[in-house]
Amino acid sequence: MKNLKLLWNYMNENKIKYLLSIISTALAVALALTVPLILQVVIDYILVGKEVQGNIFVEKLFGFLGGTTYLIDNLWLTGLLVIVITAVQGIFLYYKGKLSAEASEDVAKNLRERLYNHIQHLTYAYHKNADTGDLIQRSTSDIETIRRFLSVQMVEVGRAVFMVGISLYVMINLNVKMTLIAMATTPVLFVFSYMYFKVVQKSFKISDESEAELSTVIQENLNGVRVVKAFGREKFEIEKFREKNNQYKVKTYKVIMNLAYYWSISDLLTIVQIALVVVASIYYANQGLITLGTAVVFINYIFRIIWPIKQLGRILADLGKALVSTERIQEILDEEREVEKPVEIKPEIHGEIEFKNVSFEYPDDKNHKVLENVSFKVKKGETIAIVGKTGSGKSSLVHLLPRLYDVEKGEILIDGHNINTIQKKWLRKNVGIVLQEPFLYSTTIQENISFQNESNIKDVHDAARIASVHHVVEEFDQGYDTVIGEKGVTLSGGQKQRIAIARTIINNYPILIFDDSLSAVDTETDIAIRKALGERKKDVTTFIISHRISSIYDADKIIVMEKGKIKEMGKHEDLIQKEGIYKRIYDIQNVKEFEVEVERRESDGN
Amino acid sequence: MEIKEKDYDKKLDLKTWKRLFKYLFRYKYTTIGLIIFMISLALADAVLPQMTRIAIDDFIIPNTTEGLDVFILKFVGLAVWFSSNVFAFIAIAGRIEMELTYDIREEAFDKLQKLSLSYYDKTQNGWIMARMTSDIRRLGEVISWGIVDVVWGTTMMLIISIFMLVSNWRLALYTLAVIPILIIVSIYFQRIILKAYRIVRKINSKITGSFSEGISGAKTTKTLVAEEKNLNNFKELTGDMKTHSIRAAVFSAMFLPIVLSLSSIGIALILWKGGEGVVAGSVTYGVLVLFISYATQFFEPVREVARVLAQFQQAQASAERVLSLIDIDPDVKDGKEILDIYGDILEPKKENWEPIEGNISFEDVTFYYNEKERILENFNLEVKKGQTIALVGETGSGKSTIVNLICRFYEPVDGKIKIDGIDYKKRSINWLHENIGYVLQSPHLFSGTIKENLMYGKLDATDEEVVEAAKIVNAHDFIMELPNKYETQVGEGGGKLSTGEKQLISFGRAIIRNPSIFVLDEATSSIDTETERKIQSALERILKDRTSFIIAHRLSTIVNADRILVISKGKIIEEGNHNQLIRKKGYYYNLYSNQFKKENLEKSII
Repeated sequence: MKNLKLLWNYMNENKIKYLLSIISTALAVALALTVPLILQVVIDYILVGKEVQGNIFVEKLFGFLGGTTYLIDNLWLTGLLVIVITAVQGIFLYYKGKLSAEASEDVAKNLRERLYNHIQHLTYAYHKNADTGDLIQRSTSDIETIRRFLSVQMVEVGRAVFMVGISLYVMINLNVKMTLIAMATTPVLFVFSYMYFKVVQKSFKISDESEAELSTVIQENLNGVRVVKAFGREKFEIEKFREKNNQYKVKTYKVIMNLAYYWSISDLLTIVQIALVVVASIYYANQGLITLGTAVVFINYIFRIIWPIKQLGRILADLGKALVSTERIQEILDEEREVEKPVEIKPEIHGEIEFKNVSFEYPDDKNHKVLENVSFKVKKGETIAIVGKTGSGKSSLVHLLPRLYDVEKGEILIDGHNINTIQKKWLRKNVGIVLQEPFLYSTTIQENISFQNESNIKDVHDAARIASVHHVVEEFDQGYDTVIGEKGVTLSGGQKQRIAIARTIINNYPILIFDDSLSAVDTETDIAIRKALGERKKDVTTFIISHRISSIYDADKIIVMEKGKIKEMGKHEDLIQKEGIYKRIYDIQNVKEFEVEVERRESDGN
Repeated sequence: MEIKEKDYDKKLDLKTWKRLFKYLFRYKYTTIGLIIFMISLALADAVLPQMTRIAIDDFIIPNTTEGLDVFILKFVGLAVWFSSNVFAFIAIAGRIEMELTYDIREEAFDKLQKLSLSYYDKTQNGWIMARMTSDIRRLGEVISWGIVDVVWGTTMMLIISIFMLVSNWRLALYTLAVIPILIIVSIYFQRIILKAYRIVRKINSKITGSFSEGISGAKTTKTLVAEEKNLNNFKELTGDMKTHSIRAAVFSAMFLPIVLSLSSIGIALILWKGGEGVVAGSVTYGVLVLFISYATQFFEPVREVARVLAQFQQAQASAERVLSLIDIDPDVKDGKEILDIYGDILEPKKENWEPIEGNISFEDVTFYYNEKERILENFNLEVKKGQTIALVGETGSGKSTIVNLICRFYEPVDGKIKIDGIDYKKRSINWLHENIGYVLQSPHLFSGTIKENLMYGKLDATDEEVVEAAKIVNAHDFIMELPNKYETQVGEGGGKLSTGEKQLISFGRAIIRNPSIFVLDEATSSIDTETERKIQSALERILKDRTSFIIAHRLSTIVNADRILVISKGKIIEEGNHNQLIRKKGYYYNLYSNQFKKENLEKSII
């Protein structure tokens, strides 16, 4: 019930259109059911020649058309009436389709936009833990389920209800007993359809799942094609594929067989029902209880109402899906957005930073201290390197700066302002961060680099040069107009990172953060990028997280993190003098070995 | 490399369909059976209104019940005939659909396994996926259910026409007069309706893409403060979607009223002329009602046939793309005489496979993708069994090509590569690949357990062998810490493991096969220090007594190589072991001393 109400709310201003569509449906159905009545009138009153008296409606109609005798000679008039009624019915049918499409498409549009916007404004923490596949599923197929429900199923239900209702009314007026016979098996048909589709829904799901499994096998085979080839595992892969391909065949065939049972059984019932009506018509007409025309109406109606009744059962069995979808979408909409406080400042940002006793834990895991009492100061234009194991808190530390997370204990000051008082969007426009696994949009490289602000080509090229990716882009056939992603070129991890760097540095942020964003770039390029950056961005306060000693040894300050605490802090030269974490990493990376080599060469030379 | 595909408005190309219909020969009798059932069903459909005629003319009008028992029996027979036909056709058409889909998919997948890497380097995975999933599914549907609808529709039109002509040819001609217009209108509308929905589906897939981008890229979007921009782009799509969906719905909404009005002209004519006939005594009441039923019924087969024709036209592009995939010839393949001795992928004749020693020589090897840009020219290299060769050089220097040639992913355009003194083209590709251990930069794992992934290297490995391999590569410890140990599911693409863990497993699956040739293709460039240390200590064990080729950026991985080859522009410009090259003070020395500014190093040494 709650979900129905949600659905109702999603419709907002479209409710009237929707109502009009349903009214059109009712009118169209009513007119469609009039045609057999005309046939009845023609047969009974004109051709058979039954007395018109006693039937006010027919009397008036005939009076209008020129009387019985006139009509016998001018039967084309009744034909014309059929055409006119059908045409008018057509107009209502048209509006039924048009209005319901307009209403439901608008609902879908609003829902999509609302969801998209909402998702973008959910917190960083939410996205970090989000199951993207599930979110995409909800945003696409669940909305589609709702749209289908509104545009097709609801209207169909309406049509079926009017069809049964109006024809029942007409039939009862014609003959009650015949009506009972005509409706004899329809409840059975309805219940059968409903139950059947409830029960077989599982087989649909199983078929979908086996199709997904089949896709996964193909996808993994394509992604790992080098491994498959190098290991000579083609046969193995073919066998794996055949198994899944066969499973899909068998399971989907089960669905088809289910449909075969359904349609044959329901068709059997349908024809039996028709036979009942035909035979009863013979019986009652011979008794003189109904006229020939009435018999024709009953036979005609039974053909018309049986299909909607079957559909009704099927749709109602499906109805649950729309309600479940509504719930699944509402779950996302109920997630909290990033909080924006009413009074937030937008100060000019220079790049002086201070961490004062900052402690931090993730909102979803309060017991685990990610940062503990972190304090340090950074002067404008300094380069700060942060090293430490995975999970030591180094990424979290830099994520606090653009307020991807909010600090609750301790404070972070930028140019003396507590960052919690600075507007988030403003802050993010001043603190550039290149994430570890940067995301590129599936558009051109040019547009990706100038994503935040429209930039001219020269700036884009400059930024790309600094990020050491200009020459790579130039080699593509379409240069900067090359589209990235599924529809265009696939970039290597290193190329992606470099484009992400270009996209960030183009904006001249006073504060820049590289969150291990050079990990997939080779050492030489790494050096080249840092050199170019150093030349251009003298006044920029820069944070670098890296595993490579070679990327950070010349930083103004190196911070070594362990378990959320600052363990060591200082310059490279000082840190390697101490027996500590930094020195150990330094040794592992074989740097020492290299120095020995150099030393040996020097002494050899002398 | 934008792929533009015209998906509709293609002329039906009979040659393409003839090839696809050839698949049906495999289930010839089933197909013939289906056709017979469809004809029989159409007949039943056409007979049903005849029952009403008989009821009126033989029972109601003469006011008799004589022969009613036979009539009822006939009706029951009809019901059984009808419903058993329905069951049969769904079951058979479903069988054909599934077999067809299975066969085409299997053939395409087999071809994919045979294709060389050159194909994969040129073709997007997404493109292949679309062919393998939706295109093939659609062909299966269109062909099997297309037969159903076309046979049923044409037979039905034919039988109804015959029935009408036989019972009253004059009246029949009045009814049939409208049919040509009905056919033209139907074909026209079905085409534009399908086309309109095709556009809707395209926009819909863009919306899915956009959602997926908005969700996967949400974190990046936050850092770029691009929420507004994304939403505005998204709104353009949803707006488009709304407009086109309504457009498509309006076309559909127009179709039915027009068709209904057209058939109502037929009904009107029958009412007029038939009514006159009844008055004159030349037409019975039963025939009048029968003709009206037929006139109403006629438009359904017309619509079905028109729809199927439009669908075939739409599926034309799918058909061509799928066939193009099946038709491609692999660049690298074994000749017939080689296959005779060594067997093919599916049936390797391992008993004829010579053991491999691991002596490899390049003799005047030239390689290029296009003649103007030669990647290797007259390249010579002699590698002794058991040697470790490191390849160093810039991106594009040709080092990857050398490895690709050794693995026979590509073949030399000119010159020979000999393994143990024999041109490797004289043996099968599979023979070589079975003897190679290959580890690449991104460790592609497959869905399944850790054990299954390790066993990818040796399908018949025992549990002991699996554990031993894991121990050699230092993976055993982390595996034992996982909840299900070796039976832990790694998830799609190995997604549940960290990059480092995945890389260890990929080393394990290479070592388990005890290969004679080992290739490390930038295998250590994107892993963290911790994993690198583990691999480092394992490497010595791994490379012992095997001919190995290493491409690496990291010094640590290559210092211990027997020979280091510095490659530039397809030529070896320096060669020697680490110490020799350092002393030489050439390219190699510079490459690595660049990692640290020399003065800085000296400072730290002092």
